Amino acid sequence: MTIHQLSIFIENRSGTLIKVLEAFKEAKIQLIASTIADTAEYGILRIVCAEPMRACEELKKAGIAVALSDVFALQLDNKPGSAADVIKLFSQAGISITYIYTFLMRGKGILVFRTNNTDLARKTIAENNLPYIAEGDLAEWA
Amino acid sequence: MIWNPNKECMSRDERSALQGKRLHKIVEYVYHNVPFYRHKLQEMDIRPDDIQTIEDITKLPFTTKKDLRDNYPFGLQAAPQSEIIRIHASSGTTGNPTIVGYTRKDIGVWSECMARCLTAYGVTRDDIFSVSYGYGLFTGGLGAHYGVEHIGASVIPASTGNTEKHLKLIRDLGITGLACTPSYALYLAETMDKLGIRKEDLKLRVGAFGAEPWTEKMRQEIESRLGLKSFNLYGLSEIMGPSVSYECQMQNGSHICEDHFYPEVINPVTLEPLPLGQTGELVFTTLTKEGMPVLRYRTRDLCSLMPGTCDCGRTEVRMGRIQGRSDDMLIIRGINVFPSQVESVVLSMPEFAPRYLLVVDRVNNLDTLQVQVELREEVFTSTFDTPAAVDDLEKRLAAKLKSVLSIAAKVQLKAPGTIERSQGKSAHVIDKRKL
Repeated sequence: MTIHQLSIFIENRSGTLIKVLEAFKEAKIQLIASTIADTAEYGILRIVCAEPMRACEELKKAGIAVALSDVFALQLDNKPGSAADVIKLFSQAGISITYIYTFLMRGKGILVFRTNNTDLARKTIAENNLPYIAEGDLAEWA
Repeated sequence: MIWNPNKECMSRDERSALQGKRLHKIVEYVYHNVPFYRHKLQEMDIRPDDIQTIEDITKLPFTTKKDLRDNYPFGLQAAPQSEIIRIHASSGTTGNPTIVGYTRKDIGVWSECMARCLTAYGVTRDDIFSVSYGYGLFTGGLGAHYGVEHIGASVIPASTGNTEKHLKLIRDLGITGLACTPSYALYLAETMDKLGIRKEDLKLRVGAFGAEPWTEKMRQEIESRLGLKSFNLYGLSEIMGPSVSYECQMQNGSHICEDHFYPEVINPVTLEPLPLGQTGELVFTTLTKEGMPVLRYRTRDLCSLMPGTCDCGRTEVRMGRIQGRSDDMLIIRGINVFPSQVESVVLSMPEFAPRYLLVVDRVNNLDTLQVQVELREEVFTSTFDTPAAVDDLEKRLAAKLKSVLSIAAKVQLKAPGTIERSQGKSAHVIDKRKL
């Protein structure tokens, strides 16, 4: 029900981002979505990509500080209010969203997020039959 | 003005005789009361009776910071605990601080020596004197405090911090004297500018500055910005605290209270005593201390002793400015910091690789310390995906550093493999301060 997201620690200085992107290029792995949580001195670059497990290995080989995090990726209907409706279900279940970002895949909005309670989040998704992206879909759709 | 002309101006011969007598006594005292020294002297086949004149001092063994550390906490204490009335602690190199106990007589000698310093600076009982060294385990605050009280001036125990309130008191109370680190004096000047206080609004006239190296250029700047005359104050807790030496009005070297603290300058490599005037490592023997006397303590401070007598009338030998260190100790905001202390903290946290870099700088006249540490790959687990997780780690390290170093350090986390492996010890430090 979850997918692997790469979380990469990069210092705020020139050359650190390109090193990461070059590693993806080298490994011939397609990026699907990315976002960065930045502070004054460093950022956490979060990446959804095809073949995240292989990407993690390749990045490590390139000397990049990377971690794999389990995140949810839900598919949204392309209409106003769909994100609000989905998040409300989690909110009502008492689940906090740690971070969230969105991207489009094959014309569908995808909501990527981590919660403070993975088990309860899984239950909420199952109970409400929310359409989710599985890890296998990433390689296929990319 | 001279506080104690009998001691400060005694003839060289007379003083040498006194020093010899006191040296014999202190060697006998440690021989019978400190097993560490007894064993050392026995190993070297020296008996207290072999030490009769001050020249005999070269027969005695040296004492190092490591000896103090190895005998933590009370191994070098000579007086019984019931006689100790105060204990100070200074930073050590591996987490253990150096513990120094003082008897009532020691506190008396300290106050006496501090009174000599203040009187040489021109401080009298009519002065209102602010002590702005840190009060607490550090010897600066209480050491200066007791001296000010001893001469009968009014002491303001301002300690450090709360600079705006301190400035208000300096202005409103008409404070005339100030003891602090030279960099804090400059910080006071900065704060004055910010608050729109002019030196003409203040009655400051004398500054006693020390606990960190400073230059002639800093002296000129402090004097012109604060409108006072500034004097050097030197000391170290292993020997006593501030008051070991002091400048007089001639400001040509600092007089050492050598009837209590006998100075030598040695070659730090061969350990041979150097002739007067040559630069080497300063070594002190406490001639009268009861709590924790030390024989030939190696200060690691590099300087020279100045030949000749001073125009002020004092016959006490003078030491020149400290020109550096023979080890890797840094003095940051008056506090002794060893890179190995940072190392011990970094090694105690499994999140960090055993690599680190200290970057010392001086911003707006205040020393800053940045500690760069390298994250281990193992840190990068599934929860290490938010700035909050990184911040948490940063804060835990900063808190540990603060408790070990006694000063705040700014932590900078680096990605694995981004700090260069250092070859020598000094490669752990970048000191950008221009002194």
